Amino acid sequence: MFDDLRDLYQEVILDHGRRPRHAHRPEQVDASAKGDNPMCGDRVQVFLRYAPDGSIAETGFDARGCAISIASADLMAETVEGRTPDDARALFAAFREMARTGTCPECDGDKFDEALERLQPLSGVHEYPSRVKCATLPWHALVAALAGEKESSSE
Amino acid sequence: MNVTTRPILDTGKLDVARIREDFPILRETVRGKPLVFLDSAASAQKPRVVIDAMRETMETQYANVHRGLHWMSERTTDAYEGTRDAMAALINAPDRHEIVFVRNSTEAINLVAHSYGRGILKPGQAVLISGMEHHSNIIPWMMLRDAHGTELRVAPITDAGELDMAAFEALLADGKVGLVAITHMSNVLGTYTPAERIVQLAHAHGAKVLFDGSQAVVHRRVDVQALDCDFYAITGHKLYGPTGIGVLWARRELLERMPPFMGGGEMISSVSYERATWAEVPHKFEAGTPAIIEAIGLKAAIGYVQAIGYEAIAAHEAALTDHALARLSAIEGVRILGRAQDRGGVVSFVLDKAHAHDVATLLDRQGIAVRAGHHCAEPLMHRFGLESTARASFGIYTTREEIDALADTLERVREFFT
Repeated sequence: MFDDLRDLYQEVILDHGRRPRHAHRPEQVDASAKGDNPMCGDRVQVFLRYAPDGSIAETGFDARGCAISIASADLMAETVEGRTPDDARALFAAFREMARTGTCPECDGDKFDEALERLQPLSGVHEYPSRVKCATLPWHALVAALAGEKESSSE
Repeated sequence: MNVTTRPILDTGKLDVARIREDFPILRETVRGKPLVFLDSAASAQKPRVVIDAMRETMETQYANVHRGLHWMSERTTDAYEGTRDAMAALINAPDRHEIVFVRNSTEAINLVAHSYGRGILKPGQAVLISGMEHHSNIIPWMMLRDAHGTELRVAPITDAGELDMAAFEALLADGKVGLVAITHMSNVLGTYTPAERIVQLAHAHGAKVLFDGSQAVVHRRVDVQALDCDFYAITGHKLYGPTGIGVLWARRELLERMPPFMGGGEMISSVSYERATWAEVPHKFEAGTPAIIEAIGLKAAIGYVQAIGYEAIAAHEAALTDHALARLSAIEGVRILGRAQDRGGVVSFVLDKAHAHDVATLLDRQGIAVRAGHHCAEPLMHRFGLESTARASFGIYTTREEIDALADTLERVREFFT
């Protein structure tokens, strides 16, 4: 019945939506920020622990939202761990492009190849304009936390 | 302008198939599937008579109202003012001057909050709302509180989604409540509030009563004299009329005591740089060029609803609601919000395996339109420990088969996310 929705709800999204691996608060939190989508009531809080070299050592989150936003938060957490804040921000820019348009033209041969491949299942949201924010909400919170802010500003 | 609504009932039953023919949009398909529109509580679809009335106005008899001393303006003014009479008849208002045109019920409530709130209520007095209000009946009173020093009280609701009448009465007891502002029918729970009892209690404690009738007037006959209330807010677009036009009904003596809301043309009697005097009610509250075409469209919608008759509408929707509650509650993992004794055709629910947005997206793929979110009632969502629900809402064109389609699809949605 929902075969044509498999582009949006790929198995990996359903899986991460159902059983997120990073939906917890790390024991040590160096930065955290909240994001919420007032249009639909989705909320997320992202927690970061930094490594001594300033890179992201651990990412966790606490979220109330749809399968897309939970899966996106989880895949984001998985993807940014071990990366520098600058790389995480650059990754967000690439991911946002992918969520909005379905592709990321500048990503070929890029150092983010592997990361973007992991996030690729979320690119299906570009066909559902009202759901793009679900996928980008946790990233906005991440970028706010990296900037030392407590809350992300809405797009 | 001929409003060709056929009288549809002879047995008190409404012929849905014939009604559906009056709504052009219901012949549309969505993603290759017939449209199953279960979002009428957000905004209803429009019958042909409304569309025609608006088009004919623009094509044959349009000019500004109450201004030009010319044929077109006079004809337009007559048609526009005819809506005031039609609305007065619909809600049994004793005086057509008590019908104030506004954009929607949000504006109606803001008008009362501004003009009655700041003009008549005193700082220290309280406004009493309920725990199941739309944001449009919360925020204006919060703004009044912050600007004017009134108190905002909230009467709680029960787990069944009904007004807690004992708590309501207790909140009136100290005599400080100057105004009770409360929904007549919840846009989330479908609950009808016990309007007559609310008015009796409020009046006994010296408070006026405003009903937010955005939902109620669509589904059951509203008689403001029988209710004995003081203000009643209505929006046109949920009543099968156009957007941009609504009505505030208020007792004339209150309207006359209240200062104006917005200033401008139309609402004055005379103006110099030193002073101005206000037009008679209701024009005192109708600054600027109004929604002329929309008002004329609303008159057609009122005629359409009256031709079908509230008895038939209420019976049809009660049968649909019973069917929906039976079908949805039989689905494993579905939780329906509220189980009020007196309720209308709005059913909010959550599914254990899927978030409301995911539910709505999957339903949409089958051509089924429901609303998902907090329904502009965040405090009510939190009362039930939720951030959002899916909501199916019914209108005169809704069929039993559409509710079956919703229930059948929901079963598949749950499988999808399990």
